Amino acid sequence: MRDVYVAGIGITSFTRLEYPLAEIAAFPAMLAMKDSGLTGIEQVYVANMGAARVNHQTALASAVVDSLSLTPAGAASIENGPASGSAAIKEGFLAVASGMHDIVLVTGAERMREVNNLEATDFIATLTHPLAEYIYGVTLPSHAAMFTRLYMEKYGVTERHLAMVAVKNQNNAMLNEFAHLHQPITIEGILDSPEAMTNNPYVAEPLRFFDACPVSDGGAAVILVSEEVAKSIDRPLVRIAGVGQATDTHAVHERENPTDLLAVRRAAELSFGMAGLTPSDVDVAELHDAFTILEIAESEEVGFFAKGEGHIALEKGETALDGRLPINPSGGLKGKGHPVGATGVGQAHEIVHQLRGEAGARQIADARIGFTCNFGGFGNNVICLTFVREN
Amino acid sequence: MAVDLEKILRPEDHPMPPFPAKYMTLASGEQMVIRQVDRDEIPDILQYVAPLVNVERDFYDVVAARLYSEILAYSRHRYQDQYVLVAQVDGEIAAVVNGRQVTPNLGMSLHTVALRRGLRIGAHAFATKMEYHMDVLGHDEVLIVAESPIGFRRWMIEYQLEKRFGTPHELGGVPSWSLTRELFDRARDTLVVGRRPVPDELLAKAKAGILPPSDPPTPPADLLAATRSMYDSTGTALMAQRWRQEVEHA
Repeated sequence: MRDVYVAGIGITSFTRLEYPLAEIAAFPAMLAMKDSGLTGIEQVYVANMGAARVNHQTALASAVVDSLSLTPAGAASIENGPASGSAAIKEGFLAVASGMHDIVLVTGAERMREVNNLEATDFIATLTHPLAEYIYGVTLPSHAAMFTRLYMEKYGVTERHLAMVAVKNQNNAMLNEFAHLHQPITIEGILDSPEAMTNNPYVAEPLRFFDACPVSDGGAAVILVSEEVAKSIDRPLVRIAGVGQATDTHAVHERENPTDLLAVRRAAELSFGMAGLTPSDVDVAELHDAFTILEIAESEEVGFFAKGEGHIALEKGETALDGRLPINPSGGLKGKGHPVGATGVGQAHEIVHQLRGEAGARQIADARIGFTCNFGGFGNNVICLTFVREN
Repeated sequence: MAVDLEKILRPEDHPMPPFPAKYMTLASGEQMVIRQVDRDEIPDILQYVAPLVNVERDFYDVVAARLYSEILAYSRHRYQDQYVLVAQVDGEIAAVVNGRQVTPNLGMSLHTVALRRGLRIGAHAFATKMEYHMDVLGHDEVLIVAESPIGFRRWMIEYQLEKRFGTPHELGGVPSWSLTRELFDRARDTLVVGRRPVPDELLAKAKAGILPPSDPPTPPADLLAATRSMYDSTGTALMAQRWRQEVEHA
């Protein structure tokens, strides 16, 4: 396989966007093309989860490629639940690595706030098992709540640990101009004050309001190119060194131990193995914290910390911006937002931003190796990417 | 002659017990004071509400325009039995709520405007308004409407308000919803927060002056308005085409 580089990046604010879905996908794509200085796009992949259901639009890639005046480039939509973004990057990676294409655009977009929160929650819940879970009213918050309860009982995670993740990531988001939530929060305000239960009520006990990510619109894009193209343009060389994808049972209750996220573990192993690196080599990571517990659990499963010790590392500040291994400097899904189809591309955007040294106030010093974990379903389809800054 | 006419034009307010100020901790950890303001502080509030009339987002424009006229009329003695509460964080205005007493048993909720978004600031201010109606004014019922979907979620859904669709609300004559004492008592433990008395220093800072909001709601970004078209509302396609031309002809 050929080496694959990220030559350009672009992103919209993750927030409520008041323009059509195709443009939410096209706008960051245009920014990414401009960032790379490349116009000869040969293939476009558009990551999205809900266009058909939420926005009443199918064949999104055809709309986007036309919107960008990129016809007759090839174009395909990629739907892989909340892991759609990284799945599209994987497809783009394969297209370049195989030698089929030299310049590929991957853009992810979602417009979820076109519907209300109840409909958005129901839309996301359609990724659960239709007969074993969905028909019984299972939603992602309820899944995460049951997972959290088990995690608490087994490993000693408390609501305070969850609140610490929320505070860390939401405060990181304050430094990210593209983040959805620009509201600093404190442990006192969401956990300790007499008003905390109203400020931060239970959504699905033990998860509270500030343990869940917001419902966001947004888009993000990357331009993937061959080594030859990457070295012909004047941009920092950031290589996708590792790609790992793994799956797990669709229904969570069929897992031998529901607190083990085996797909995360396997995807990370594959990604690190391909890159020839280990978790201890990573300088900065973006993990899929759709719920605060997931940052803790994923930080263990990908190998950053021993199983059951993610919350201890959190307590020690190891995952803070100035910690040993900063996690979610962008604010993560919790603070930056979670436009599901765009999320994986947004994670890649942040890591490339960091590895280029362009992340401003949230820049991790001397970051050279970055990692993303894009968690689809409730851990049943996971993609991990490893990025290396070369020059 | 002029004085006599003013007597006719000016409604006579019925005595209403004052709202005792309270404070609460927001999710941000900041302390928010909610207190009643008199007519002399209305001009300060008006200048902060006025810009929101141009914020065409979440019905800020409609709500701000109506609130502006209501509290202006209150300050100029052209609105009967109205009260105004203001929420402040470090002296900065965070929210304004108002309402009025229709009869000794019936309250009319008018408006709730958050001048700082998020952190349940608007929801806290609304809950405080309901507390004033129920616990201080002794109303049995408050008639409520929502002009925005956010308001509908915060009032009708969170408080599970009852329909009073046969009773037109003073705001636009639209069907009313009702907060009864039973509903309020049910919501009291979860939605109505705050502590009294307000520490002297905190209250003094609030009363020292109503400062402008540092992060007020703003109109939606109108990206590249000049290039807008029916199918390209951000101008993305035009920008892309122009940029491609620049690159290809460079």
